[in-house]
Amino acid sequence: MSVRAMLGATQTPRLLAEFGSADALVAAVRLLEREAYQGVDTFTPFDVPEVAGPLGLGRSGLGWVAGLGGVVGLVAAYGIQWWANVHSYPLNAGGRPVHAVPAFVLASFEGTILGAALAAFFGLLIVLRLPRLWSVEDEVEEFRRASVDRFWLAMPSFASDHDRAHAEELLRDAGAVRTIVFGKV
Amino acid sequence: MTGGVLPMPAEPPVAPVMHDVPDDGVLTTQLLAPNWTPSRGWWPLFLISGAFTVLFVVGMTVTFTRGIGSWGNNIPVAWAYGITDFVWWIGIGHAGTFISAFLLLLNQRWRASVNRLAEAMTIFALVNASLFPILHLGRPWFFYWLMPYPATTGVWPNFKSSLPWDVAAISTYFTVSLLFWYLGLVPDLASARDQAPGLLRRRIYGIFALGWRGRAVEWQHYRVAYGLLAGLATPLVISVHSIVSLDFSITQLPGWHSTIFPPYFVVGAIYSGLAMLLMLMLPVRRIFGLEQIITEKHLDNIAKLILVTGTMLAYSYICEMFGAWYSGETVERYSMLINRPFGPYGVLFWAMTLMNVVTPHLFWWKRLRVDTVVLFIAGLLIWVGMWLERFIIIAGSLTRDFLPSSWGVFAPTWVDWSLLLGSIGLFSLLFLTFLRWVPFVPLSEVKRLRYELQRDQIAGPRA
Repeated sequence: MSVRAMLGATQTPRLLAEFGSADALVAAVRLLEREAYQGVDTFTPFDVPEVAGPLGLGRSGLGWVAGLGGVVGLVAAYGIQWWANVHSYPLNAGGRPVHAVPAFVLASFEGTILGAALAAFFGLLIVLRLPRLWSVEDEVEEFRRASVDRFWLAMPSFASDHDRAHAEELLRDAGAVRTIVFGKV
Repeated sequence: MTGGVLPMPAEPPVAPVMHDVPDDGVLTTQLLAPNWTPSRGWWPLFLISGAFTVLFVVGMTVTFTRGIGSWGNNIPVAWAYGITDFVWWIGIGHAGTFISAFLLLLNQRWRASVNRLAEAMTIFALVNASLFPILHLGRPWFFYWLMPYPATTGVWPNFKSSLPWDVAAISTYFTVSLLFWYLGLVPDLASARDQAPGLLRRRIYGIFALGWRGRAVEWQHYRVAYGLLAGLATPLVISVHSIVSLDFSITQLPGWHSTIFPPYFVVGAIYSGLAMLLMLMLPVRRIFGLEQIITEKHLDNIAKLILVTGTMLAYSYICEMFGAWYSGETVERYSMLINRPFGPYGVLFWAMTLMNVVTPHLFWWKRLRVDTVVLFIAGLLIWVGMWLERFIIIAGSLTRDFLPSSWGVFAPTWVDWSLLLGSIGLFSLLFLTFLRWVPFVPLSEVKRLRYELQRDQIAGPRA
């Protein structure tokens, strides 16, 4: 048995459901919300922000991360210029002030943008725990279309087979094209 | 006045942003197909670009081994082709950021199908742009002296000089553009991973896709991060070329010393980049049959942007001349009103005026805005015209300054030409590589746009 298969086998069983359109997926997610199911996840080929509310996803805090990165960039850029030209190696060029604030503004501005952009990008990777070489869903062949033209929904483990069968029925009624039980049942 | 209301003429129909688009599966297959097998004509173009890239390498080798003396530069004309090429390339990059970032913030839906091409253009133009100042250093192997690093010599760069500003601006611009481009690519690389024939390609695209799965939580953060990068790239469009223009305007030289330079350069930058985008986009659209997603609407909008920026640029030309005349300074007046139009590069000045000032006014006519042949030729003319503009400003102004006894002219050598033509070769090489292996139309954005358009059709168009 391969390592990947073993990893897959130790995963708790999940119910995966495939939908043909974003609208069908959104409808299903809303239905599951009304039925008070927890831990539902969706996989879509393009951004469907409509599912965020029913799934109970909060606002992304990356704006704050980028803001902090910008402040760090600003302080670093101005600090380096001040350290270099005022403290470590003051250079009197034509009697101009050694601490020339207007001349330092430009690189400080660029430093701010750079810091914020790096924070936004790497903050995203950290928040999402990317890069990730493998995830459970990779083991389901049909799931490859989740990045192309199909909309998938995943539900966590169930207390009993009966509960799972009930959820499966719900999803089929909501328009799921197919459902797959994945992991060790 | 009578109280009657004249009947409004019927609005001419607006071409849709996309039409007759097949379903998402077929669309994905169609758009990824060029990444699996090279299309006809790819190899010949690749080899031609490669040959010009070799020319670039030859020019660089001569420059490194024999020095700037192998160029036509002299005193007084110490800056000529090298800096012209630098400003030209970095300007071209600006249109990519303008389209992908500015238009995203303004919620312009039509950007979806062209932004990847435009961003790729930005990055490859920046690769070229960043090479030229280094080649021009004289001792290019010491380029890292421009970076503030703790050296044992205890010597730091002088941040009161404009050159370290350039370093900060260009390195920031390149980094942010690359992150923005790559972040936009991630969902499409995941599509490529899931569609790729063969395990090797699945793995390669899989590594670059970073394990993207399109989870709700992934999109939730991605949307914000992408918007943030767009918001951060937007001030860069303004600041980078402004800083480049300060290389000139903070000096005393007539023809350079002008407060209009930052906005003037930014407008020219976007203008030249839009022209080059047309030259890249039109063949790509034709060869890969993308008429359904890069529609007449896109051509029409880009032509309108060219008309707007071209008119703003013409206004800047006039202001520049007016400022020189109004200053009452003899040398200023001579430089702008006599040396430019009638000096050693007078012919180039008139050619530039024709190309940059007259060409965009073709686009007052709708028929010409959607005519691919007219668009391509106009793009080419503006592309060349904008190079001439930078050459006239940079080298032309240097030929005749305050002291007539030290006037002189510049003539390019074969090394100058090798570097210019070679950089175009390198650009083409990189662009062809991009077309061959990277999804060059943003799949997830086009699919989202299609979904929105369908939804609007059902609910009725929104304002």
